[in-house]
Amino acid sequence: MSQNKKDEILHDHNRDGIDRRGFLKCMAWAGTGALCVMQGGVLKSYSMSRANEWNAAKMAGELSFAQISDSHMGFNKAANPDVAATLQAAVDKINALSVPPEFLLHTGDISHLARPEEFDTVDQIVKGAVAKDVFFVPGEHDVIGDEGKQYRDRYGKGTQGEGWYSFEKKGVHFIGLVNVVNLKAGGLGNLGGEQLEWLEADVKRLKTSTPIVVFAHIPLWSVYPEWGWGTDDSAQALSYLKKFGSVSVLNGHIHQIMQKVEGNVTFHTAASTAFPQPQPGKADSPGPMKVPAEQLRSFLGITEVNFVRGQHALAIVDSQLG
Amino acid sequence: MRRKFTRIGLAAAVVAWLAMTAAVGHVGGAAAQEKAATSAAVKIDNFSFGPTALTVPVGTTVTWTNRDDIPHTVVSTDGVFKSKALDTDDKFSFLFSKPGTYPYFCSIHPKMTGQVIVQ
Repeated sequence: MSQNKKDEILHDHNRDGIDRRGFLKCMAWAGTGALCVMQGGVLKSYSMSRANEWNAAKMAGELSFAQISDSHMGFNKAANPDVAATLQAAVDKINALSVPPEFLLHTGDISHLARPEEFDTVDQIVKGAVAKDVFFVPGEHDVIGDEGKQYRDRYGKGTQGEGWYSFEKKGVHFIGLVNVVNLKAGGLGNLGGEQLEWLEADVKRLKTSTPIVVFAHIPLWSVYPEWGWGTDDSAQALSYLKKFGSVSVLNGHIHQIMQKVEGNVTFHTAASTAFPQPQPGKADSPGPMKVPAEQLRSFLGITEVNFVRGQHALAIVDSQLG
Repeated sequence: MRRKFTRIGLAAAVVAWLAMTAAVGHVGGAAAQEKAATSAAVKIDNFSFGPTALTVPVGTTVTWTNRDDIPHTVVSTDGVFKSKALDTDDKFSFLFSKPGTYPYFCSIHPKMTGQVIVQ
């Protein structure tokens, strides 16, 4: 394993300790943010604190999009009494990017309690983004009480099953998965047989050179199962993606930035726009982490992703809100 | 002492009556449940149910209180009871009128599990 840099914490839950393709395995704490450049399945990560060293030309691509996550509209506790303001700040930040993203991904927990007015507020704020297309997947908070019916009525047009779907953008194949419904007692996130079958069929027809971006709420890798930070049947899903040269998995749920590379797959979790959660095992529970008000926005953020044709590279840039 | 004896006597009588009604096929009448009514509490703290396993007599109303900053639910694994989302300090109560073991979990955070044992 390569020596970790000052502001990066290495996690090696799989105990493989392998620097398989000379990549860097890192977990950048939300306050630092990170720029990630992926080339042929290899992810490089740079701290935002070194932004002055970035090569802007390298970051430019033919496709860029921004990821926001865990807006938890309706949350009003001490960890962030104004989640609408911080979501607005995230949208403002997206609108200020030098290259406007073509679309947004929201990786779930749009709402806090799946109340209609919470979804309404998010829709209103997101409408102000320069990118007009927004692609959603549900978080467990969005499906409370009705296993996602309201979510699908609002955001699920043209989707399959519980709300999964795929689409193409400039040669990149995007797959939105749902791993927050029909959860079993004692279990983790769950994709289910029907969705797995659909996924297998969905990617079968694709060339192995097609870059794949999978997005879902709960991490599709085992971040910290003790806190439910993983998906029971994600290995099955990932087995269908083995043949592809470049697979990026974008998740939310854990309210902090983590990255990990496994073979051809780069995993990335986004910060929340609402409130931070503690590092795995560093608190009694994964409940909201209270930080001094003046520091809050440095724990929240957005993720911008650039796709560079030809190199099959995804550059993932995390920005903090403050 | 006298009062205690009276209570035990009453409880014994109720148990006997319940046994009798059960034996003749009556499902415990409202009057019997009222007499035996007790309550018990489960606190939800730090993404866990406390106590994780709760043993109560038949006729007990169990009340769950969410003391986390995050919503939780109380959902019977076997479909016997199901709360709505409990926000901070919200409560959910269920009257256990039949003996048995009732496993339950939080459908939002399924790692959170507990059980009520009704005797």
